[in-house]
Order: sequence, then C-alpha cells, then structure tokens
Amino acid sequence: MALATIAGTQVHVDDEGFLTEYDEWTEGLAQVLAAQIAIELTEPHWKAIHFLREDFKQHGETATIRRITTVGGIPTKDLFTLFPKQPAKKMAYIAGLPKPRGCV
Amino acid sequence: MKRLVILGGGTAGTMAANRLRRRLDPGDWKISVVDKSEIHYYQPGHLFVPFGIYRPQDVVKPRRRFIPDGVDLIFGEIAQVVPAENRVLLTDGQELPYDYLIIATGTSPRPDQTPGMAETEWRKSVHEFYTLEGATALGERLADWDGGRMLVQIVDMPIKCPVAPLEFTFLADAFFAERGIRDRVDLTLVTPLEGAFTKPIASKHLGSILGERGVRIEGDFVVERIDPDRKTVVSYDGREIPFDLLVTVPLHMGADYLAASGLGDELNYVPVDKCTLLSKAYANIFAIGDASDIPTSKAGSVAHFSLELFEDNFVSHVRGRAMTRPFDGHANCFIESGHGKGLLIDFNYDTEPLPGKYPLPGIGPFSLLRETEANHWGKMMFRWVYWNLLLPGKPMPLEPLMSMAGKEVEVLP
Repeated sequence: MALATIAGTQVHVDDEGFLTEYDEWTEGLAQVLAAQIAIELTEPHWKAIHFLREDFKQHGETATIRRITTVGGIPTKDLFTLFPKQPAKKMAYIAGLPKPRGCV
Repeated sequence: MKRLVILGGGTAGTMAANRLRRRLDPGDWKISVVDKSEIHYYQPGHLFVPFGIYRPQDVVKPRRRFIPDGVDLIFGEIAQVVPAENRVLLTDGQELPYDYLIIATGTSPRPDQTPGMAETEWRKSVHEFYTLEGATALGERLADWDGGRMLVQIVDMPIKCPVAPLEFTFLADAFFAERGIRDRVDLTLVTPLEGAFTKPIASKHLGSILGERGVRIEGDFVVERIDPDRKTVVSYDGREIPFDLLVTVPLHMGADYLAASGLGDELNYVPVDKCTLLSKAYANIFAIGDASDIPTSKAGSVAHFSLELFEDNFVSHVRGRAMTRPFDGHANCFIESGHGKGLLIDFNYDTEPLPGKYPLPGIGPFSLLRETEANHWGKMMFRWVYWNLLLPGKPMPLEPLMSMAGKEVEVLP
C-alpha cells in the first residue's frame, strides 16, 4: 500500500495503482483515473461504474464481467467496447475497487 | 427427532454424511442424502482417461458403498428448496422436510452456455474432459489423432480444479512426445486469465514450464462463441483462433434448482460466510464443497480441509453455540506435469502458492511448486486415499489450516 496524489487528492493505492480505500473514491477521481488509461467516461461507462460501486458496497467483492452482464444488465460485448482489451481490470481501476480476483 | 438433509452425495456430501453421522446421536438425528446418480465418480481421475492412463472403470464405484449405515440415501432429482418452509421438493413429487440443510451439489460444466459449443462439432472436434463421458470420447479421438492445431481453452473462472487445464496441457505434450508426433502438434492454452494461473508466483513457475514445452499462451481471451463450421473460437474483442481439435473447459455453474430456489448467485453458487460456510440468508442452511461461493479453489482438498472444521462448527451451531473453528480457504493441489513428474501447490485465502516442502517443513516428501517424481506418486496414490480415507472421513496426517512452515517466501521483482 502506498499513498499517491491524484488530481490533487491523496489516496491509498496498491502496487498496481488500484485504490484500496472504498471511501476515497469520487466521480472526479474516476475521470482522472479513466483518462490515465485513455478512456473518456460517457453515460454507458458511468452505468457500469456505478453498478460496480453499488455491488461492491453490498457484497464486498468486485463484480466479474459475467455478474455485470447478468445482474447489471450490460451486455459483455458492450463492456469490451467501452473498456477495450481488459474490461474487468479497467472497470475496477476506474471504480476505485480491488482488481477482480482472478479466481483460484 | 431432528432432520438433517444433505443435497448431493459427491466428495463433500459423502464426507459430511460420514463425519456428522459419528457426531450426531442417531436417537436424536435422522440424516438423509439425496443424489440423482447411483455412481460415485473419482473426478480427479477423469484427467487421465483421455491418455489411457486410467480406464473409465478405474474411476467409478457405487455411491451407496460410501454412505454409512444410519444414513438414508435417496436417489432423485432435486426440483426446489423452499427455505421459508424448510422443505426440499424432488421432481418425482417427494417432499423432504428438514431442520438443517447442507447443500453439496457441487458445480458442473455447462457447454450449453457458450454459443456453438455443444452443436455440430461436439464430441467430434470439440471436446471436454470434466465428465467421464467426455473424457472417454476424447480418449477415443486422441488415440488416432495424427496432429494439427490443438487448443486447450478455458471459458471462464471459477472452474472445478483450476489446475486441471494445465495438467491436461502437460499430459498432452508428453503424450504426443511419446507417440513421436509432438512436432506435428501446435499446442496453445487459451485462457481468460492474463497468464498460466491466477496467482503471480505460481503463474510465473507454471508459465515457464509451459514455455519450455513449446506451449503458447493466448491470455485475456474471453470467448464469445465457437464457430463449429469454421472450427474457430471467437473472443469478445474480435480475436479468432482456428483449431483442428478444441479441448474446452466449459463455463461451470452450480445446480439449476438453486436458482429456482432463490439460493444462488449469478452462477448458482450459494453465498456463505467464508469461515463457517453458513448461508448468508438462512441460519439453518450451509453450503459445502464446490457449491458455495467461497473465494478459494473448487477442489476436493478444499472440501476435505473445510469439513474437518465444519464438522465441529456444525455441531456447535445446532447446539446454539458459537462456531469457533474458522476456515482459512486452505487448498492443496497436485499438478501432474507429464513424464512421471508433478508439482504441488498449497495456499489459502490470504497466501498465494509458494515454493517449499510439504507437509513436513524442510523434509517433504512433497515439493511445492517444483517438478518431482515424489509429487507424481503422491498424485497417483491419492486415488486409494480418496476412496479409503477421505470419503469415510478417516484421520489424515494433514493439518486443515494452511501453515507457513516449510514455505519459502520470495520477493517478486
């Protein structure tokens, strides 16, 4: 765990830059985090990010792509368009949540 | 008379029946086990069937033989659990009321969940080895296959025995080498993970062994569909990989009756407390073995280690006492790597697989994350251990909780 300064705010991050404190996240921070991985947040992006935030609050785990699709109602194909290549990882990064566990 | 109903008589359900029958007074407790099949499969053995190392008859025994006296074994298909009424409904109309329910119906491969998979090429050029039927069909295909492009492909995690696809790949490499056709086989592991395995240190070790064997890894590949006409797997991000022989690990899901009962998550796994296995929704329902959503491997070793603790916790819980033996997610998996060798990994919720010795620190006889012949023999001996010690719930010289003793802590660069 380390401290990083993002958009003028001090936040706790892990060694890959994922936020480690749920409550340190803000929407403004999300825009900066998204820009760092070349994503500009639009309405459909926010829908996914908000689902992830809400689901984590309830279940304490970062939702998998399958869960975002079946429970959050966003088609997997769309997630790959919105967050190209590694959607699960990129969404977690922007939403300030732990990297989804690869499963074990 | 209290009624305990155990759904599923596989590895976890059978162990629970044996252990709890000894712990619960037969005068006070009636125990029933429900399963749809009269056959108990030694599932770790399915991996060996395609290569002719085990024959199909080597991995099956009658289920009844492992259910103890004093436990009622009911053969039937579960339609639904009605948790609000403490009843289980079977498809033949039987009703089983319970005071406590243990869900142990595991997880199953679901080829129907990927478009194009279980269609015209199913069991022809598209195979799986998780079921005995599939492993047998693949064995018949491999017996006269003379090479080409072979993919070992994982649809999504979690899967039963997450090291099995790697073991299959190692064994396939050795099988083709021994038949003198390895140079004619283009072998690729296609995975939704970034690399060979989920945890960084094990992924590095296993990935380098794959590399030495000339196996390519296509990572971050989330399959959208299989095109049986063009014999191609297609990912959501538009990649296409052609195959002559596809060995897929289909999406795994818990039993469908759990969805119908409102007890499952999006993959029909039962949300439980990861330390006690008690349902998050109902105080008289537990889920054990692969059926729960605990964040560790879906593996027989996990069922075994967790049940040693669960047995005490269950008895405390039904007597109204606190459950004092929390499970740590301990998993322990032999990884067969071909040519008479194997690896072993040992880990839990918090500690990833590390190199070292197991179970005796510094001595072994097994080596963690290293290929040795002793590990291979451990794997081959395990079938006897499974039938004779594990299922009956007899003592084994292994601690249920993971230990750091014997592990080498290395720092990743």
